[in-house]
Amino acid sequence: MTKTVRPIVLTLGALAVVLPLLVVVFGTFKTLPQLFDSPLSPPSSPTLDNYRRAVDEGGLAAAFVNSAIVTAGAVVLTLAVASLAAFFCARVPGRVGWIVFGVLVAGLAVPAQAAIVPQYVLFDRLGLTDSLLGLVLVDTTMTLPTAVFILGGFLRSIPEELYEAAELDGAGPLRVFRSMALPLTRPALATTGIFLFVMDWNDLLYPLLFVRSHEHRTLPLALLDFQGEFLTQYPLLFAGVVIASAPVVVVYVLLQRFFVSGLTAGAVRG
Amino acid sequence: MSSTRSARSRRAARALWWFPVPALALYLFFFAYPTVQAVQYALTDWDGYSATYDNVGLSSFTELATGDDVFRNAAANNLKLTLTVVLAQTALALLLALYLVRTTRASTLLRALFFLPTVLSSVSVAFVWRFVYDPDGGLLNSALRAVGAGSWQSVYLGNPDTAVFWLALTQVWFHVGQMMVVFIAGLQAIPRELYEAADLDGAGRWARFRYVTWPLVAPATGIVVAYTTVQSFKAFDLVLGLGGNPPGPALDLLSTRVYTTFSNNRFGYAAAQSLVFMALIALLTWVQRRAVRRAT
Repeated sequence: MTKTVRPIVLTLGALAVVLPLLVVVFGTFKTLPQLFDSPLSPPSSPTLDNYRRAVDEGGLAAAFVNSAIVTAGAVVLTLAVASLAAFFCARVPGRVGWIVFGVLVAGLAVPAQAAIVPQYVLFDRLGLTDSLLGLVLVDTTMTLPTAVFILGGFLRSIPEELYEAAELDGAGPLRVFRSMALPLTRPALATTGIFLFVMDWNDLLYPLLFVRSHEHRTLPLALLDFQGEFLTQYPLLFAGVVIASAPVVVVYVLLQRFFVSGLTAGAVRG
Repeated sequence: MSSTRSARSRRAARALWWFPVPALALYLFFFAYPTVQAVQYALTDWDGYSATYDNVGLSSFTELATGDDVFRNAAANNLKLTLTVVLAQTALALLLALYLVRTTRASTLLRALFFLPTVLSSVSVAFVWRFVYDPDGGLLNSALRAVGAGSWQSVYLGNPDTAVFWLALTQVWFHVGQMMVVFIAGLQAIPRELYEAADLDGAGRWARFRYVTWPLVAPATGIVVAYTTVQSFKAFDLVLGLGGNPPGPALDLLSTRVYTTFSNNRFGYAAAQSLVFMALIALLTWVQRRAVRRAT
């Protein structure tokens, strides 16, 4: 029986993923009546009008740049501070390493929503709510526990003798970190980096809480605003979806291995 | 010579103590401290901008427990959503993993395909499914009409009794591939000899699953159930994208309730709600860990 059930389940599953996405991509080149008329057919007279309007009227160009800045800033900053902290936890003698590790990783158990009200007040007092720097800082903070968790596990798995050999050669911690630990940690850094990239690029909560002005919106927030402006203008919504998703999907296709390990490491942490 | 060397190494060792400082500073100042402050806020009626506020003690919590029907409605929706997603997503992810565990070219391609939605943003997924569910020209209803099943058409999210289950379906579509990957890793860790032994005992397909696969994949099942529970319990962006901001009562969840209360400038009350929300997540995780430990 499995012989016949398996292909049926897999085909239906594949169609369930492919069809909606195909409708979206085709739909970006159609007018609304064309989309409603034949959602599945390729566009007969393709138009770029939806992309143009999504960028011009929806403000997606500015939002794209903001998302790129916030994501790049947060990913680099998180990797830097998390790998330094994880290195400390792996190298410091005695129990201190485990305590610091425990404190940083404890954040995994606390959902972001627990702190949003005081966080808003704190960032507002510092003048960091309606700013890209504020988003970089809050994204970095909120993804730190996962990053320390993945990198810490990896750095601990490097054999003690390698560290000792480097230290006997008279290398200080910064040298050991830079010229030995970091190169060996490259796969874990890539995995963590991908995880952070997806989290930061797609984050809606903090831009929604913090950003007030149009010019500081990131992509998910600008996209959410489409709801009000273009309620059922699906081809326009779809153009927005494609613009917002393109970078992640391109990187996914190129670096699939790291994506699967990155997002799974993010899941298995609990 | 040796004394300068040890002095240098001591100085070098001290440098190591600076390494965790940036991470700890960010973490303690921007996350730990606000989390503790939330408790303080929850005991006041602060509106977010006034210079003064009153200490109201635990009255926010008693109101939440007894008088707040809107909050209770959101909690009920959360429970329905999480139960549905956990059952459906875990079962489907395991099924897909069983079908795709052997590495062939076709299964590698299908794994990549099922994983794809996970990398999209929630708002994007919400917009895709808005069209799928559109009652007039949407994908589901036009498909039903096309195959002559027009009487099965529905308004989906427009029906308050079932809206939350359609939300659950979208959530499963979104994340089932991620959980499939966890199951595949779990399945691949099962030693082949156990299946060979089962074959020697003449075990059928079902017996192999019941006595080898199911007990040995249990650690992966535990991870999947725990992660899916928390992930679906915290669903936020997806609801705002599908149900609007703020969502109507049929799609209101605890996360969106906290946000709406905050947007309405009831900071003290929102802090109380967020703490209850956090406590519920902790409770769920704890109950689940116990259940998983007992089962394995």
